[in-house]
Amino acid sequence: MTNLLFHIGQYFLLLKRAFSRPEKFRIYRIRFVNEIHSIGITSLGIVSLMSVFMGAVIALQTASNMESPLLPAYTVGFTTRQSIILEFSPTIIALILAGKGGSNIASEIGTMKVTEQIDALEIMGVNSASFLILPKIMAGVFIFPFLIMISMFLGVFGGWLICASTGVVNTNDYIYGIQYDFRTFHVSYALLKTVVFAFIITTISSYFGYFSKGSALEVGRSSTQAVVYSSVFILLLNYIITQLILI
Amino acid sequence: MIEVKNLNKSFGDEHVLKDISVLFEEGKVNMIIGQSGSGKSVFTKCVVGLHKPDTGEVLYEGKNFLEMDIDEKTEIRTNIGMLFQASALFDSMTVEENIMFPLTMFTNKSKAEMLTRANECLDRVNLKGVNKAYPAEISGGMQKRIAIARAIAMKPKFLFCDEPNSGLDPQTAIVIDNLIRDLTYEMNITTVVITHDMNSVIEIGDNIMFIYKGEKWWEGSKEDILRTDNKEIGDFVYASEFMKTLRNKLA
Ligand SMILES: Nc1ncnc2c1ncn2[C@@H]1O[C@H](COP(=O)(O)OP(=O)(O)O)[C@@H](O)[C@H]1O
Ligand SMILES: [Mg+2]
Repeated sequence: MTNLLFHIGQYFLLLKRAFSRPEKFRIYRIRFVNEIHSIGITSLGIVSLMSVFMGAVIALQTASNMESPLLPAYTVGFTTRQSIILEFSPTIIALILAGKGGSNIASEIGTMKVTEQIDALEIMGVNSASFLILPKIMAGVFIFPFLIMISMFLGVFGGWLICASTGVVNTNDYIYGIQYDFRTFHVSYALLKTVVFAFIITTISSYFGYFSKGSALEVGRSSTQAVVYSSVFILLLNYIITQLILI
Repeated sequence: MIEVKNLNKSFGDEHVLKDISVLFEEGKVNMIIGQSGSGKSVFTKCVVGLHKPDTGEVLYEGKNFLEMDIDEKTEIRTNIGMLFQASALFDSMTVEENIMFPLTMFTNKSKAEMLTRANECLDRVNLKGVNKAYPAEISGGMQKRIAIARAIAMKPKFLFCDEPNSGLDPQTAIVIDNLIRDLTYEMNITTVVITHDMNSVIEIGDNIMFIYKGEKWWEGSKEDILRTDNKEIGDFVYASEFMKTLRNKLA
């Protein structure tokens, strides 16, 4: 328990350092752009693939579990859209990003730590926390919402694809369903969650990387911990945000 | 000049550094020697501010580093070059970018000026044609030289080297040692070199401090060290057959 408190304290102290004194704006801008590439753009493939399949499976499941003839056919489209927008895209994709981006961030920073590259930065007078972590947080918070919007679109498209190819539901009904009772508020809610998750993934992973010690083996452990803790906190905050905003 | 006064540092219950006071002179190679685990690295990290000492003072040209505000510390740090045990080059950057890095962060030089300075530094460590290579693509000896080039890019007043020739073959080790000594004299740097290699001590040491189990056990010149009858330092200096033979010759 004291251990947990220690980590929480240390985490916030690191964040405080990360958010203070950016040295040279121009350099931060370059790093920001690079990070957008490395934690955002490189995940586009896996995110797209996941989303299309997720949408397809949700549509298929909904169709096959709809036994009552009282339910209109457009329910499939409607359910697919709601599940994708409210939960699957923001939460499941965040978990995927925690796995990919999180381990990436933790192992990059962890390696720098154990090979004394972070000490080298500090010696030069660079605020290493801010230099390494701030651009990652900014990039994550900026680019993840775009990834999630793409995911939403592709998820709904995946549902359509399965309808068109297997005919479980008429595509016209599906398209009617995905437009039925659409509320932009749900999208904003999902993007808000995404921003929170982006912050969790980038900061927790940076934290575990930054405080790695010892050998390359430890760096591996840190990146596993980064993924585990990011995922746990994503699920926890997902619950809290849902409770606060939707209920 | 750097003056350390009564420096103490513990990790938990382990009292790693015990009341160390020492003076590192300008334009001299000041050596710290001692067995592995005796506290040499921790001491150096306290001096450069990577560890916070429990008590004591670290005076850079008379001003206590530990009491400086963040801007003063940054100012001092831009005057410090440090060579780490494993080189600590940034592996995501090319050789040239590594050397230019401190210049990009702390000067307003143009790209061309920085490149010129990087090439001067590379020239000084006798390396050519590796500008675009990544650290992982070059040998350990070259990495060390590039780390030196990066350390001198800002024309430092203070240079710290943690076991600069560990992991190098004896010939390359001597090249690195000599480079460090020559730079110290040329640029009038206050240089601090950690080593457990007696060859380096004899090769380049001006002032020598021997740390034994976290205490300053002995200090003097390299002539003194070969003659001292202090038991612990004798065990350290004459650990190898080679040195024992040398002692018998001297006697
Ligand atoms: N960050 C740390 N936390 C706890 N103990 C440390 C730390 N760094 C070094 N030590 C301990 O301090 C002692 C001196 O280590 P060090 O200065 O690295 O020795 P060396 O003289 O070989 O450079 C060792 O016993 C080491 O275990
Ligand atoms: Mg050491």
